[in-house]
Amino acid sequence: MANMCPTKTPMPEQAPTVRNKNFKEVALGYTPDQAIEEAKRCLNCKNKPCVSGCPVNVKIPDFLAFIAEGEFEKAYLKITETNALPAICGRVCPQENQCEGKCVRGLKGESVAIGRLERFAADYYRENCIAKTNKPTSNGKKVAVIGGGPASLSCAGDLAKKGYSVTIFEAFHTAGGVLMYGIPEFRLPKDIVCKEIDNLRNIGVDIQTNMVIGKILSVDEILESGYDAVFIGTGAGLPKFMGIDGEALNGVYSANEFLTRINLMKAYKFPETDTPVKVGKNVAVIGGGNVAMDAARCAKRLGAENVYIVYRRSEDEMPARNEEIHHAKEEEIVFKTLTNPTRIIGEDGWVKGLECVDMELGEHDASGRRRPVEKKDSQHIIDVQTVIMAIGQSPNPLIKSTTDGLATQPWGGIIADEQTCATSKEGVYAGGDTVTGAATVILAMGAGKKAAAAIDEYIKNK
Amino acid sequence: MFKILKKRALNEQVKLLEIEAPLIAKKAEPGQFIILRINEDGERIPLTIADFDRERGTVTIIFQEVGMTTKLLGTLNEGDALLDFVGPLGVASHLEGYKKVAVIGGGLGTAIAYPQAKKLHSLGAEVDSIIGFRNKDLIILEDEVKAVSTNTFVTTDDGSNGCKGFVSDVLKSNIEAGANYDLVIAIGPLIMMKVVCDVTKQYGIKTIVSMNPVMIDGTGMCGGCRVLVGGETKFACVDGPDFDGHLVDFDSAMNRQKMFKSEEAQSSEHKCRIGLGGKCNG
Repeated sequence: MANMCPTKTPMPEQAPTVRNKNFKEVALGYTPDQAIEEAKRCLNCKNKPCVSGCPVNVKIPDFLAFIAEGEFEKAYLKITETNALPAICGRVCPQENQCEGKCVRGLKGESVAIGRLERFAADYYRENCIAKTNKPTSNGKKVAVIGGGPASLSCAGDLAKKGYSVTIFEAFHTAGGVLMYGIPEFRLPKDIVCKEIDNLRNIGVDIQTNMVIGKILSVDEILESGYDAVFIGTGAGLPKFMGIDGEALNGVYSANEFLTRINLMKAYKFPETDTPVKVGKNVAVIGGGNVAMDAARCAKRLGAENVYIVYRRSEDEMPARNEEIHHAKEEEIVFKTLTNPTRIIGEDGWVKGLECVDMELGEHDASGRRRPVEKKDSQHIIDVQTVIMAIGQSPNPLIKSTTDGLATQPWGGIIADEQTCATSKEGVYAGGDTVTGAATVILAMGAGKKAAAAIDEYIKNK
Repeated sequence: MFKILKKRALNEQVKLLEIEAPLIAKKAEPGQFIILRINEDGERIPLTIADFDRERGTVTIIFQEVGMTTKLLGTLNEGDALLDFVGPLGVASHLEGYKKVAVIGGGLGTAIAYPQAKKLHSLGAEVDSIIGFRNKDLIILEDEVKAVSTNTFVTTDDGSNGCKGFVSDVLKSNIEAGANYDLVIAIGPLIMMKVVCDVTKQYGIKTIVSMNPVMIDGTGMCGGCRVLVGGETKFACVDGPDFDGHLVDFDSAMNRQKMFKSEEAQSSEHKCRIGLGGKCNG
């Protein structure tokens, strides 16, 4: 009998005023009883709209049914048939726009908490089951994967399962990409990411860190050295700045720098760790995406008294996940929407304030959102000592500029076929943010999967 | 892990390490840099490649013990290893096609200027090397520089080596005396590079400087290393580290160097207190 409660079973969380002072995970996860109760809300409807809403088509009703029966291990294995990183996706996917957005329970009340249940199954398996690592039989073919983020990890995982000998070339000292340097510990514990990456190692994926492709080796050199194909999943790592006055002042960070210091280099433990990060009493984070929410919540945890999200459109247009916005507000982040920065004001080389103007929404623009227009005589100054730019990233040009015959977009993205991820260069595939521009973890993973299937076809027919 | 094959003290504070890194050695060019991390909790620091040996597969770095990480690095010995060593990063210097070049090194900058002088020499350019130090005890790489230079000028701030003055003074007098430089390369403290550029601007001589700002990834990702060049924001790690010195906003660069000064002191003090990081004279 389905549980007809109209709302999701609440998931325990650290209290907002406690958690905004620590870096421990905010959401604590379901207990087995809570998970069973929530899984029973699935109506197991015939056309399974949730599955089509998932970029990697996780067999959602099937795994929910296992959870409802208390068969948690089977639920996990069902998810991993199509998703290599469930503990991560359960935490960071924008479910409201994907699986949960299509759930029929959402028509009258809240959708089934698919993300929370995916996370539960993955956490349960990690904590209670002995991983069965069947190292696939080698087919003698080699594939190189450039970059160690979500697109690359999912591509590498799928290829390794098919018997390919896969090498990941990672520029940083640790694989994981945005999962390690971007998304904070309190949203995605790094132990979990490391564990997922270990799972890949266990099925034979070789991860070579400190390898900046385009510098130490070129794509052509990799192909010449005996790899049958190359997948490029180098993400969108290049931070954008607004181009306003004062960006060179001390106290101005790109969100990338701020988050990398904190997440990858563990600056929140400074001086126990060696990489510092500095936040002022008042902090402005410019932007309205998940990265902006992450930066704001980190700043609060590092002791800032007042943290502002400064966003030129209204809250309705914010690209961040609902849950991140909700959590940020709970943690006393102040939202200054319809506010556009015009200048960073400095004193003796340090940030002293952020000059802004008020905006109002006008006509719809090319993105389908209402275009913000400046209000007359609305100039004002926000008193801040730190400004963090979270207005997006573009693809790193390193591969593009060192690979002959690789077609790219005017804005820097690699051009790749939507279905196969094939680029203009034979044997070279690309997917994730480096193709689409900054998007989500799960979309990148979906691209990695598609590329793995296409690479398999390509090598078989070679 | 990247093994230290050779260690040499060049003066009291400046040390040379030869690191086993064959893939980097194969690709390295003058002007490029590496990023290293000593241990798991360590920070990533950029150091310019001072030399490389493609056959032996080694990369040489030279550093001054100024901060917490460089002090710890100075305590490592031959046979020890670095956890991470990434490179070669940045754009190699464009040194082709010059006839007569003044290569200027200020203090530790001499270690970075040396591979440039060496390369220019091998390309057949006439090289005047002008290297300056605070006093004679701090002079490094004098013999190496001489071996690749047509003329070498060694100067000290206090005159303790018998030649008192700044590198910019020597440069100016050479230019006045008719040295017809078609390029000046200046590498050293920001203030030195700024003063050299002020001199060469007067004479309209193209001047390349090497910037070494705070960095994390070294691949264009963090933007921490941004410098203002000709009014535009450039990233030293991917657009540089070499820039046209006449376009660099040195005042802004000097200000940005102060960003983590107080944290640097705090970090050294912490390591001192818990007995790590070796010497605590900083």
